[in-house]
Amino acid sequence: MANRKYTIKVGLASCGIAAGAQQVYDAFANKLSQDEAAVDADLILTGCLGMCYCEPLVEISTSTHERYLYGNVAPHDVERIIAQHLRGGEPVQDLLVYTPGLDPDMDRYFGKQVRIALQNCGVINPEAIASYLAAGGYQGLQKALQIGPEAVIEELKASGLRGRGGAGFPTWLKWSLTRQAPGEVKYVICNADEGDPGAFMDRSILESDPHSVIEGMLIAAFAIGACKGYIYCRAEYPLAIKRLRLAIRQAEACGYLGGDILGSGFSFTLEIREGAGAFVCGEETALIMSVEGKRGMPRFRPPYPSEKGLFGAPTSINNVETFANVPRILERGAAAYSQYGTEKSKGTKVFALAGKVKRGGLVEIPMGMTINEIVFDIGGGIATGKAFKAVQTGGPSGGCIPASLGDTPVDYESLGRIGAIMGSGGLLVMDEDTCMVDVAKYFLTFARGESCGKCTFCRIGSEKLLEILERITAGKGTAEDLALIKNLGEAVKTGSMCGLGQTMPNPVLTTLKYFADEYAAHIHEAYCPAKQCKALISYHIDPELCRGCGLCAKVCAVKAISGELRKPYTIDSAVCARCGLCVQTCRFGAISVESSPKSAASLGVAQNG
Amino acid sequence: MVQITSEQLLVIEQIVNKYRDFSGATIPILQEIQNQLGYVAPQFIEKVAELTEIPASELYGIVTFYSQFRLEPIGENHIQMCHGTACHLAGANAVIEAFESSAGTKCGSTSKDGKFTLEKVACMGCCSLAPVISVNGKIYGRMTAEKGQKLVRELKGGGDHGK
Repeated sequence: MANRKYTIKVGLASCGIAAGAQQVYDAFANKLSQDEAAVDADLILTGCLGMCYCEPLVEISTSTHERYLYGNVAPHDVERIIAQHLRGGEPVQDLLVYTPGLDPDMDRYFGKQVRIALQNCGVINPEAIASYLAAGGYQGLQKALQIGPEAVIEELKASGLRGRGGAGFPTWLKWSLTRQAPGEVKYVICNADEGDPGAFMDRSILESDPHSVIEGMLIAAFAIGACKGYIYCRAEYPLAIKRLRLAIRQAEACGYLGGDILGSGFSFTLEIREGAGAFVCGEETALIMSVEGKRGMPRFRPPYPSEKGLFGAPTSINNVETFANVPRILERGAAAYSQYGTEKSKGTKVFALAGKVKRGGLVEIPMGMTINEIVFDIGGGIATGKAFKAVQTGGPSGGCIPASLGDTPVDYESLGRIGAIMGSGGLLVMDEDTCMVDVAKYFLTFARGESCGKCTFCRIGSEKLLEILERITAGKGTAEDLALIKNLGEAVKTGSMCGLGQTMPNPVLTTLKYFADEYAAHIHEAYCPAKQCKALISYHIDPELCRGCGLCAKVCAVKAISGELRKPYTIDSAVCARCGLCVQTCRFGAISVESSPKSAASLGVAQNG
Repeated sequence: MVQITSEQLLVIEQIVNKYRDFSGATIPILQEIQNQLGYVAPQFIEKVAELTEIPASELYGIVTFYSQFRLEPIGENHIQMCHGTACHLAGANAVIEAFESSAGTKCGSTSKDGKFTLEKVACMGCCSLAPVISVNGKIYGRMTAEKGQKLVRELKGGGDHGK
């Protein structure tokens, strides 16, 4: 392919496609094929650029390394980009979200990030092995084959890489234990069962750079002495599975997978297993059961999978992001990786930034960066302009960190000290409209539904904890409930066998620790400060603002709104289901949500009445 | 129990044969049956048990353990509503309620007219577009209760969303 003047890249990962990027790509393809001769440009599909907040994204780069990123591009913008930028040489300013030097804020967004695991995401074409090879792909494997298994493990040890699935177990040690375990047959498994709601790091990596994960698995298998690998991927990620299958076929055709790889005598085959929708399968022993074709129930450890794993053979299970780092470490050496991070947490971590943040998406930061830097310098602060309240890491296993602890560095130890965890990389940003009791209830509802039922404390404890939270959010909690939560929470932690039960109380315990006032307001004043808990809020129509159009009454599913046309309408609070549909429908901003603290006396009357 | 048709039997036999040399392939077999036949009916399970010599009780154990499997056929429009954390914060509950009330069925079931199957799912990984739903595999971002009602109305009128 001759070097063209322009390269057009369209981000076609799931979130881009959901925002309409495929139509944008097709529009480019269509236009370029019509007048190919007139435009000197290549059109390339790529993966996730990380800036999900302004998808669909189109990047125009020039042969002289200029770079322009267009955001929120619609198919009808394509003609303008071609005419004005590609033909006329003038960037389309109103669509431009980034070019170096344009906006200091965006320079900071990129400048603060260090992309190692995401190096190729949004850069290469995930459906072409040639694109990966051109970016230095499979050189890490060649290096590994040269230096031998022991030296590979030493390199990993020197890099300081720890499991990116959340627990942070040293990767080299896992490999070394599996290597030393006696057994003819050994396995490598990639845990791509990304079940934490709010986390999409693994999906993006698999969709945007599947070969890095395959290469990481190859290096692991070579170090361990494994001949077969499985990728256990959520069935909810069809595009990731499709691109992985394609990548495996390409790697086989090029001699990177199969027998006697690159003439080294080392052989390795890969199979994809689709998860069938069970959060507990993210736990390694449950995952093994699932790959074996059984119900995904965890079992006691020891023996650890490194001794007795899949089909009873020594098995090393690592997460997608962990594997994606491995080829880069081999390729460039351990020191290039360990220069980033803190003393005990080396390298970088990918986060899926979501929630009330302005620039939601996928970011990769050096370990040790503070939460405030992530939320404000990279995330751009709170989208709604309201006050930053908390972040939540680690999903249903993690904790809520209040804004007051925003200067906490993100590393395994610092987060652990404040009761939170690194987790797999979900980072939810919350503003003052978020009710922390509701958040705790949300995670507990999720965890209760996903408990496999094997341990009594997890199965019944989650149910009971949830009952307490439901009571509190209904305004019927008591002061004793708070002590009960702490007591029961600790019991569930110690009485459960696997990570799911052991960490399930974390969201409740951390919100109670850092937002005790909010729990107290629900209990003692039947008041939800964030105006979220249905039993404690009411909807009102401001007669001054209401024009009497009747639209709200029309959309109300429970017929709680009544009135006469052209006169102010009213809401019957006793009938109102508090769904909020009327607020969205009202064109005059006349409907508001209210919750106010009630005095103990009035509560007593209400309860007696 | 409903009798299995000869076409269904052929599909199941082919799938089981395809996985004959794979170890631990029970879940992929059941997944492929659901992909091709739409659901995993009791009569399909009995047939798989017979062909693979895996006890039907074990197969039922698997099908009921994993949320992906359906024992009943699906409605004309499969609506999956994300209830991940980002969607929850962005007001997914109101969206879910709007779909339930306008489609006339609850999450996890199919409307009487067979038009809609509603399902609440954990996370579709499109958090920046929250709240998110998907209709027959096509994703709709930045949903509101109002948009949800409208979408259901269109689908009732025989719209061709996501088909």
